[in-house]
Amino acid sequence: MHGSHTTASPQGPPPLANTRDTLLLDSVPEIIAAALLAAAVVSAWVLMPSFGDIGYLADKSTVYVESGLMVLAMTLIIVAGHIDLSCASTLGLVGTLIAFCHVRLGIPLETMLVLAVPLGAALGAINGAAVAGLGLPSLVVTLATMALYRGVAQVLIGDHSLSLPQWFVGIDRITVAGTPLRLPLLVLLAAAIVLGLLLHRTVLGRWIVAMGTNSEAARYSGVPVGGVTFLLFVLSGAVSALGAVLMLSRLSVARYDHGAGLELSVVTAVVLGGASIYGGRGTIFGSMLAMLLVAVVQTGMGLGGIREDNQVTAIGALLVVAVIMSNLTSRLRR
Amino acid sequence: MLRNTMTLLLGLCVLMSAAACDRQTPDVVYIPKNTGNPYFDAVTSGFQRAARETGVSFQMLGPAQAGAITQLPMLKDQVQRGVKVIAISPNSPDALNTAIDDARARGVKVITVDADLTGNEDRRDAAVLQVDFDLVGPHLLELLGKHIDYEGEFAILSATTDAPNQRHWIGGLLRALADNPRYARMKHLETAYGDDNDQKSLTQCEALLTKYPSLRGIISPTTVGVAACAQAVKSAGVYPGGPTARGKGVVVVGLGMPSAMRGYIKDGIVPAVALWDPANMGHVAGHLAAGLINGTIKPAVGTSFDVPGLGPREFREKMIVIAGPLLEFNKENVDQYRF
Repeated sequence: MHGSHTTASPQGPPPLANTRDTLLLDSVPEIIAAALLAAAVVSAWVLMPSFGDIGYLADKSTVYVESGLMVLAMTLIIVAGHIDLSCASTLGLVGTLIAFCHVRLGIPLETMLVLAVPLGAALGAINGAAVAGLGLPSLVVTLATMALYRGVAQVLIGDHSLSLPQWFVGIDRITVAGTPLRLPLLVLLAAAIVLGLLLHRTVLGRWIVAMGTNSEAARYSGVPVGGVTFLLFVLSGAVSALGAVLMLSRLSVARYDHGAGLELSVVTAVVLGGASIYGGRGTIFGSMLAMLLVAVVQTGMGLGGIREDNQVTAIGALLVVAVIMSNLTSRLRR
Repeated sequence: MLRNTMTLLLGLCVLMSAAACDRQTPDVVYIPKNTGNPYFDAVTSGFQRAARETGVSFQMLGPAQAGAITQLPMLKDQVQRGVKVIAISPNSPDALNTAIDDARARGVKVITVDADLTGNEDRRDAAVLQVDFDLVGPHLLELLGKHIDYEGEFAILSATTDAPNQRHWIGGLLRALADNPRYARMKHLETAYGDDNDQKSLTQCEALLTKYPSLRGIISPTTVGVAACAQAVKSAGVYPGGPTARGKGVVVVGLGMPSAMRGYIKDGIVPAVALWDPANMGHVAGHLAAGLINGTIKPAVGTSFDVPGLGPREFREKMIVIAGPLLEFNKENVDQYRF
């Protein structure tokens, strides 16, 4: 591992690499993801005649934006040495609450849209309080809230779909400045830049890496571990809520099971992108590359008429290969 | 390191080439609620039969998990791939609205199978549904009547209190009971609800058996319920001819899958269950799809088209085509059905 359990090492992990070799070795997981992505794009382009259609790709990208947002927050959380399995349930519950309050209680949709992100942040704060305040393992806490949030959504609206007003529907059809690119993709890119800067260019980002590398050591070096942990879960909830708003506008209806199962695709993308599941290592760039890779492979296979069970197998194989390769290279580094 | 990467890239290319083997775009794609489900496998077999009979190419592609929106990316991909007809068993009546609108805007015909876009019927070209739902209740009542000589008290075991199909069927059943003099000596005691949960259905059925010692029959218009009732009368030994049967015993009938009920039917615990044959739906929908492609079928209410072996099928109100009929599975024929 990238020095994740090497507290005894006198040097510790070098935060700033001086030689080009170290830099290159440090970026191996991202290089693997980028190479795989390039191969996937070329293969799909050559083999599937209908793949190379920008309008279609722009439209298909909207399917992945909500997961992409959750991937960003999940990257920070995994780098910090935690996990948030409740992100997709948070998305489902916030979407349900927006529609429930508007359709059943008559609260204006505008009000609910403004409240969406604070609501998601509050749900994230529950996770954060349990993990940072009570010191419970994030895996257990968010496994519980994953079931809880989904359950509350189901209690609220059951198996019904609640329709949203026409003016709100179709954010995924808004194109940006004459290009075929859709607005949600731009939202994702903006979020990626902000969170990328946060993780890689700020003190907070260095704290996150330090916590994931060795939480105890970070605490003794003055990192406010509890506060940062709490903040990360709040951020995850807020980002999931943003995803909920995009998803509602895209699908025109709210259902309790929106986004069900996405948490695992999200974790898959983060790990495929080179983040260490033990914490301490991972980049926003790598996670985004991996998310794009999954989207391209799925789309290519969908156009090739490959059944979904086989697509899942292919993604699983990709993940296994990527994890083995980055482990091999990290051993090389020692 | 470099060698590893190259191996990996090569592997990925092989993977994608496997996809290319299937590059031929089919005319008709059927998207079931989920794959690996015997019920939808039967629907698919009907489609395949229709494809052989009509010469159109066909492929089944479905999500591994049933969920309101798991079908959405598939719908987009199939439109882009250039298929002519998409047949779909939608997991939600409205979550696919925009994707279906897009498909039709690009000239793809969309038909729903087994489930409809209730409330959004004008968004699809036609729907092929199981049976005439008005006939299900009376049919089940007749099935029980036949086996208890139209005399005795019976109970109903339903799914949930607000399931629309269940309410529709039980309502029709009770109207037939009140209106038709043939059933004058039959009496409905109670409707219990098992929530389509195995254990709760079993408990509810056992409670009915304890509460009404004079019970002659149980009708369960749900596949989960009827299997639970069969289990309950078997365990209690109160089926007709059973070791502890009072009088002539308790007759269980209902809507049941042949695969789940085969053992009970062959052992004489349950005389018969009814259900539609899902393969018929695929067969009718397959011919409808081929007719839409060839231009031989133009959906219009009141017109009809011919399905070989099944006869004419009519476009009813809201462009609904009924595949039907309701089949009865008994000792003689239950082995012929695979779903």
